[in-house]
Amino acid sequence: MANKLYDDAVSALEGLLFDGMTVMSGGFGLCGIPENLITALRDSGTKGLTFISNNAGVDDFGLGLLLKTHQVAKMISSYVGENKEFERQYLSGELQLEFNPQGTLAERIRAGGAGIPGFYTKTGVGTLVAEGKEHKEFGGETYILETGLVADVSIVKAWKADPYGNLVFRKTARNFNPMMATAGKVTVAEVEELVGPGEIDPDHIHTPGIFVQRLFVGKNYEKRIEQRTVRQAA
Amino acid sequence: MAWNRDGMAARAAKELKDGFYVNLGIGIPTLVANHVEPGIDITLQSENGMLGIGPFPTEDEVDPDLINAGKQTITELRRTSYFSSADSFGMIRGGHIDLSILGAMEVAENGDLANWMIPGKMVKGMGGAMDLVAGVKRIIVLMDHTNKAGESKFLKACTLPLTGQGVVDVVISDLGVFERPAKGQPFRLIELAPDVTLEEVAAKTEAHYEVAL
Repeated sequence: MANKLYDDAVSALEGLLFDGMTVMSGGFGLCGIPENLITALRDSGTKGLTFISNNAGVDDFGLGLLLKTHQVAKMISSYVGENKEFERQYLSGELQLEFNPQGTLAERIRAGGAGIPGFYTKTGVGTLVAEGKEHKEFGGETYILETGLVADVSIVKAWKADPYGNLVFRKTARNFNPMMATAGKVTVAEVEELVGPGEIDPDHIHTPGIFVQRLFVGKNYEKRIEQRTVRQAA
Repeated sequence: MAWNRDGMAARAAKELKDGFYVNLGIGIPTLVANHVEPGIDITLQSENGMLGIGPFPTEDEVDPDLINAGKQTITELRRTSYFSSADSFGMIRGGHIDLSILGAMEVAENGDLANWMIPGKMVKGMGGAMDLVAGVKRIIVLMDHTNKAGESKFLKACTLPLTGQGVVDVVISDLGVFERPAKGQPFRLIELAPDVTLEEVAAKTEAHYEVAL
């Protein structure tokens, strides 16, 4: 078996990065983001990135770190409302932005990873999203053509992995990670825990190892919470 | 006295039927969960990949891996399931969710909805709103009847970029409830908030509607 295990984020990304590349990054808000890989990408200084990610992090965490250093040329996202620096760079024309409806973004990534170059959806018909796209009727309803997305590198975060790259996600930290793992030419996964062969029940694997080329155990997870909402204990 | 936010949410909760799978938007719609009537059992969906949203956690229960679509910490229930964003929007787009309750900046008399963008002002994104209005069986809008300048938000035609075309089934505002029997038909005013008059609604509404109290 080819060795998929690396020591850390820097070694796991070695030889994969180049200016102008397309990167997909898992996560919803700050939940389930590949913290170690984002930091390593920032430290690498790779520029002109096209970033495919549902959100853009906050000013000082998550993908906000790469925006601050002006490494991102274009974002493909569904919602970036938590990032003021993003808004500033976009409104000043420094940053290109392509908004996708969240479900369309998820399906574009799923399709890209599954070898499907395009699909029709009702989402966005009659809105700005539909402009310039092929329209087609099925059963009397109008749909628009959306294309599949792939990336040079996908960076994802999982909870557990085995040495074969089989992944298990935890709760809502799963989100975009499984599709993105399928849509990277190379997929690098960081995990909280590495377990031995056979220790994950094969029926419980969320992402089969075929989709993961490189793997390491991440360090110092901050797992920052955006909206800490609590109730009083009874 | 027109409805306040909780009054609007309580009225919207009457639209929930036993066994419904429901997606609640961020803001006032979230309050609807506090007003579910006894004997009605619903399952809340969160588009970031969860069915069966529980209450906010106690301090001890807070888990950064467990949030709703508003990025708030939440808890799970005995019925909860987790899934990917692709599966989540498969549920939404595929028509498996019974009801979605959303906020709005503008609604038009033909059911057009605008709730995601003010050109030149705000760049936040549509998130899952376009998918929800395109795929969910029934769409209820909860909104203030007028904007801060006192102008109607229920219009002949939306002025802002659309979230969806002809998608709204029910509008619940602080003044009353407008419903239409089917998409393509005109809205009918079916209920007034306490102490609100037909004249007040007429004065504050640009959209055409029928009265069916």
